[in-house]
Amino acid sequence: MTPIDTERSITVTVNGVPRGARVPVRRLLSDALRHDLGLTGTHVGCEHGVCGACTVLVDGTPVRSCLVLAVQVDGAAVTTVEGLARADDDGGQVLHPVQEAFRECHALQCGFCTPGFLVTIAAGLEARNLSTEITEEEVDELVGGNLCRCTGYANIKKAVRHAADTMRRNGAELPLGNSAPLHEQGPR
Amino acid sequence: MKPAPFRYADPGSLGEALDVLAAEGDGAKVLAGGQSLIPLLSMRLAAPTTLVDLNRVPGLDAVEVTGDGVRVGALVRHAELLGNPAARTVQPLLARATAYVAHPAIRNRGTTVGSIAHADPSGEMTAVLALTGGSVTVATPAGRSTIGWRELFVGPLETSVHGAAVVVDAFFPALPARSGTAFVEVSRRRGDYAVCGAGVVVTLDADGLVETVRAAYLSVGPVPEVHDLTEAVSGQPAASADWAAAADLARTLVDPDGDLHASADYRRLLVGVLTERALASAAAEAAA
Amino acid sequence: MTTKLFGEPVRRREDARLVTGRGRYLDDIGAQALAAAFVRSPYAHARITDVDVEPALDVEGLVAIYTYEDLTGPMAEPLPVLIPHPQLHAPRTGYPLANGEVNHVGEPVVMVVATDRYLAEDAAERIVVTYEELPVVVGVDAARAAEHAVHAEIPDNVAARHHQETGDVEEALAGAARTLSFTQYVERSACMPLEGKGVHARWDPADSSLRVYSSTQASTSVRAAIAAKLELSLERVEVIAPDVGGGFGVKIVHPWPEELLVPMAAIALGHEVKWTEDRREHFIGSAHERQQRQEITVGFDDDGRIAALDVHAWHDNGAYTPYGIIVPIVTATQLVGPYVIPVYRVVVESVYTNTVIVTPYRGAGRPQGCFAMERTMDRIADALGLDRAEVRRRNLIRPDQFPYDHHLTFQDGRPVVYDSGDYPGLLSRLTSLVGWEAMEDRRAEAASRGKLLGAGMAMYVEGTGPGPYEGGHVQVLGSGKVLVSTGLTSQGQGHETVFAQIVASELGVPMEDVEVTTGDTRRFPYAVGTFASRAAVMSGNAIALAARGVREKALRIAAEVLEASPDDLEIADGVVGVRGTPGASIPLRTIAVLSNPLRYAFDEAAKQATQFARPGADDQPPVAVGDAPGLEHRDYFSPIRSTFASGAHAAVVEIDPATWEIDVVTYAVVHDCGNVVNPMIVEGQVHGGVAQGVAGALYERMAYDADGQLQNASFMDFLMPFASEVPDIDIDHQSTPSPLNPLGIKGAGEAGVIPGSAAIASAIEDATGRRISAMPISPTELYDVMRSPSAERTAAAGRRTEVGG
Repeated sequence: MTPIDTERSITVTVNGVPRGARVPVRRLLSDALRHDLGLTGTHVGCEHGVCGACTVLVDGTPVRSCLVLAVQVDGAAVTTVEGLARADDDGGQVLHPVQEAFRECHALQCGFCTPGFLVTIAAGLEARNLSTEITEEEVDELVGGNLCRCTGYANIKKAVRHAADTMRRNGAELPLGNSAPLHEQGPR
Repeated sequence: MKPAPFRYADPGSLGEALDVLAAEGDGAKVLAGGQSLIPLLSMRLAAPTTLVDLNRVPGLDAVEVTGDGVRVGALVRHAELLGNPAARTVQPLLARATAYVAHPAIRNRGTTVGSIAHADPSGEMTAVLALTGGSVTVATPAGRSTIGWRELFVGPLETSVHGAAVVVDAFFPALPARSGTAFVEVSRRRGDYAVCGAGVVVTLDADGLVETVRAAYLSVGPVPEVHDLTEAVSGQPAASADWAAAADLARTLVDPDGDLHASADYRRLLVGVLTERALASAAAEAAA
Repeated sequence: MTTKLFGEPVRRREDARLVTGRGRYLDDIGAQALAAAFVRSPYAHARITDVDVEPALDVEGLVAIYTYEDLTGPMAEPLPVLIPHPQLHAPRTGYPLANGEVNHVGEPVVMVVATDRYLAEDAAERIVVTYEELPVVVGVDAARAAEHAVHAEIPDNVAARHHQETGDVEEALAGAARTLSFTQYVERSACMPLEGKGVHARWDPADSSLRVYSSTQASTSVRAAIAAKLELSLERVEVIAPDVGGGFGVKIVHPWPEELLVPMAAIALGHEVKWTEDRREHFIGSAHERQQRQEITVGFDDDGRIAALDVHAWHDNGAYTPYGIIVPIVTATQLVGPYVIPVYRVVVESVYTNTVIVTPYRGAGRPQGCFAMERTMDRIADALGLDRAEVRRRNLIRPDQFPYDHHLTFQDGRPVVYDSGDYPGLLSRLTSLVGWEAMEDRRAEAASRGKLLGAGMAMYVEGTGPGPYEGGHVQVLGSGKVLVSTGLTSQGQGHETVFAQIVASELGVPMEDVEVTTGDTRRFPYAVGTFASRAAVMSGNAIALAARGVREKALRIAAEVLEASPDDLEIADGVVGVRGTPGASIPLRTIAVLSNPLRYAFDEAAKQATQFARPGADDQPPVAVGDAPGLEHRDYFSPIRSTFASGAHAAVVEIDPATWEIDVVTYAVVHDCGNVVNPMIVEGQVHGGVAQGVAGALYERMAYDADGQLQNASFMDFLMPFASEVPDIDIDHQSTPSPLNPLGIKGAGEAGVIPGSAAIASAIEDATGRRISAMPISPTELYDVMRSPSAERTAAAGRRTEVGG
């Protein structure tokens, strides 16, 4: 018989690290990440799926973490903004090209929406064919689903172009380490 | 804005899912992509006693494309259908309409069948199901049945599927020969639900004259509407048909309501404008 | 200034933490805190006849429930009127929790505390409040009609009648060659920061102290309010604004009920308590702005020069007036813009409605004032058949007229005297930036594609950096680190970067040695707050003065050590040297150690400093009279009046005459905020402001129904623009420094938003030939205008038809 639960233990690989939590079944993934796992880099702006601040990657694909229950990602891999940078050999941090580009282009002000933009754009840029120059349509698509109240978006678009250029110049190295284009992986 | 308490099951088979739905009764609700349901839960506008999550049910994630049409499983995400070249060839309206569904992160999780089962008259996929004369397959403990779109959509956010039942797939018949399609929307912001939208199919006869013209509209009524506009342009050459006359006809056939974003009159205006534009484009495609 | 960082587009130091998820916003604090949730009124106007908490008592995790009955002492009294004004004759404020009556949907009635937010909402949902509905007043016209009263004892619904005049307007209008009268409307919008409000409080019973984090624009004032309302001694309360996810005005209001109730609960429960505002709460429980009805009469001569301007406006202040009549005053006084208005009379009536309170939103009354003035200019141009730029040019204050006195009194009680500016310069830069002269060619080109093209412009002058003061503290440590603090808060403006640039430049130290803290009452207890484009002007100058104080002291000590005159010393890269004498130098960090006669050798710096130390004179105290230990300085900047920034925007729209969709295809900005500390950041402020301006013109409105229900309290229906809705922006800069502060700067925070509605309305009018007298405007509304037989056609459209045949 299928169990019908009000609480569950889940295991999720978050930013490469297996994490366990006991959660009520109604817990939103956004809350589980922030409050059960202490990963407060993912922000909650509307809790109805419009603003995109809470976007994370589930098995490599951008989804709104406020529109997924925590129990639904049991066994999945989740990447949050904390997982975009990678460790270098000296124990330091190498920012993802998109993070670098946001700094370089002043693509953030208050920073609250920023994590959602960063993971969405990082996944999108890694999924595209790096040998071609990014088009304005691609830029619009990558930034078009997230709300920002501070920047007016001009510098966010600039940062996407900047990051795409950097990634193109640096060749095939994909900082998130996704071996297959993300859109082919599909959600769990 | 946190969901009220509910119970949760994620059965590993369709049979188990139906068992749970049957056992839990009216308070149970099916969860697939959740992109419409979960906001309603968080706003406490919906408070099911039990959520039955289909995501672990095998066999629901396939897009089957044959010469007859496209069958889309209950767990196929919008993004997957959008990226399916075979489906696009057999029924181009699928990709054309899906591209208007919200934003990529929503399309990555939301399902085509889920948005049909949600029965939002502003939804793109409900309109496409109607326009293509499609149907859904509903599984119940008693077996499977096929429900045509006219029987399926009962009212805004309401279908004829009740109780221990799961919509397991939606079937979109193939585009007839010598046909062209178009799907157009006016929305306030890109990615928003349409203020008004229109999907059309124009079919020509062997001589390149207009044979049939059908149009479906979004956000103009309580359920998706399909209107036959053939009489306005029947037998006219595709390249010079009087699409404005078809648009005028369409305006007389709809009875939209007003809301925050558009008056009823404005919607009626858009029905005409979008019809004319879509038909011209679809006819050109049919003739090509 | 040896380290030339002032004026450079230095990358922001805030970003390192913000792009890696290491920011610390309100809801990131207090993982173990209890959670608060509120029962809020579902009615716009009602008497509360019963509150039954019984059904909630068995909810798992419930800790406490508070109603008005649980409030005592000052907490049981109405919330303060922050900024009283003699013309605010009938101020009203709510209570922290409703006391028998609610006056808008969203007003807090009950606070629930539980072990987590889900459970708190479960309990809140079960509490049964019984209401007896009262008649509802929605919208400025209903408030004027006063068929019903929001507050029974104020039957005309008028909270304030703000009135200023600079001469006999009746006489001037009577004597004017021409006059025009018209009425127009601006609708409600809101700040809508991506992070809502939030409060976290922790009581330490060991020393009876309270630490509060609040997502606020005014931590020092929140502190004072909490101390007063909870009857705590001020030094027992500290308030910290952590990283704040945007403000735009709504977080300057204080104390919000939650800022008092959450600390109250934390003290009562002996446990940390947190409330994080959700989006629905933010829509119905915070603040909105902008709705006004404006009746305008202007007298002018045949050349389009204004002789007199008479404005009567009605301003919807919502249910209460906690923030006084700042917005009406700003509209009244900033309306005149860059123009010479020989005689001006303005009356703004601030009226109550059963809606969310109205307090400043970026621009704070200026967009409405700009809309009034600039649409007046357009009307004059249309009436006379003159180019809209030319009419403006003829009315501009000339550069040789500064300081220019409008004979008005500003929001800070000071005279509206413009400090500096070059308005003709703005206008000529704007017309060339946007290609104003070539607009007819663009119109024809668009017409060939089936589109209606139109252009509009709007100019503004913005009082920025009002007083009364801000302070700054700069301290050099023995490590060489330079600690900088100021009391005002940050919500994404890049203050850490800008203030570090100022200190690095003033003090001659590397920027990476400078650490800036804002909005933390432990570090700097005196402040006014971040609003009115004042942070750079006020704290920037205060910090510069503090840095100069440190510099002076450093040079004095260095002069003794190096046996040189202070005049011969310079500081570069954190080292004081004798000009022209290589080798004769001493690091600032060493001076920092020397500045304190108590010099325990805890670290290398102290050890090294001993080589410079000399025995003091026996007849002098170790710390001289008037001196103090340490290399630090605290200073305040308190200007005599505001600086006045200025700018000019132009918008070009294309309209689809079939669907009436409106597309802003060009948006041009010329901006003058005096000297610029960091041009990258200023440009970012302009971008963000313009986006909000476009949003306010074409997308956003708070849609209340007649029952006072907000119809679009979500991001699905309140149409905050995505990237796809914001046009590309062309920017040109002009700089007329302010003579009123040491750095010559003017504020930049609000400028971008001010002219949006005016410029876009003008462009739509130009494209369609129909008068646009209400903003925002959506395609469905434009369609209504276009087919309405009573819609006024512009004279310009008629003339164009004649010319075009």
